Amino acid sequence: MIITSWYLALSAVLFSIGVIGVLTRKNAIVILMSVEIMLNAVNLTLVSFSAEMGDVHGQIIVFFSLCVAAAEVAVGLAIIIAIYRNNLTVDISKINLLRW
Amino acid sequence: MITYLFLFFALLALGTAILVVTNKSTVNSALALVFHMLSIAGLYLLLRAQFLAVVQVLVYAGAIVVLFLFVIMLLNLEKEENLFAEFSFKHAAAFFAGIAVLAQLLYALGSWTGVLPEFADQMIAIGTVEAIGDELFTTYLLPFEVTAILLTAAVVGALMIAQRKLKSRDQ
Repeated sequence: MIITSWYLALSAVLFSIGVIGVLTRKNAIVILMSVEIMLNAVNLTLVSFSAEMGDVHGQIIVFFSLCVAAAEVAVGLAIIIAIYRNNLTVDISKINLLRW
Repeated sequence: MITYLFLFFALLALGTAILVVTNKSTVNSALALVFHMLSIAGLYLLLRAQFLAVVQVLVYAGAIVVLFLFVIMLLNLEKEENLFAEFSFKHAAAFFAGIAVLAQLLYALGSWTGVLPEFADQMIAIGTVEAIGDELFTTYLLPFEVTAILLTAAVVGALMIAQRKLKSRDQ
């Protein structure tokens, strides 16, 4: 029998992989993908607690989080396209418009 | 049986997540992300959240990753050459920061002394479309409608940002 701790440990490891991806990669698109991995890890936590408690509210929060993730990806990719049009790069170490 | 399925999906999710982070080609990262989403959907099925599993495949694997692929093909990127090639202090610091996050999460998990009960009996009925729709259109009706406004604003904003001719810096 799979207990909830296994799901929680899995989502912790997935979240950490996402964190390492955000911190180490330079490609802005891959950074957005790593953010998606982190969001998915948190969603997995919510669903496993929801299943354990027998409570539907956790799954509804995951539903809303999906909507927010979709909006975030749309705006994020639009920003990446706008930056690429100006600088011809998505390498975040070369984008220093807002850096002092 | 469920244990083996869990192990299969968990290992698939872990492996594809590592592939997404470490792959040099952005297209390969996006394709690994599809398999990651599918394995997460499988985990949702094991937790008997049928509705969320379907939505996960439709929205994430179907729509969001396709959006990623469209942008990658629009930008015509080449492969990153020196991904982890040269050792820099920044990379090592970032890696250890990630390890620190993992250690904190696992410590919080391990020091939690509350005894977890087995899965509740009524959980079989809670993942269905009927149960979720019932709650969504009564208790959560206002947040649901606000979500529509959020999505509209995001689409309009994305169009505006992607369309506008931004002036370059030195003009």
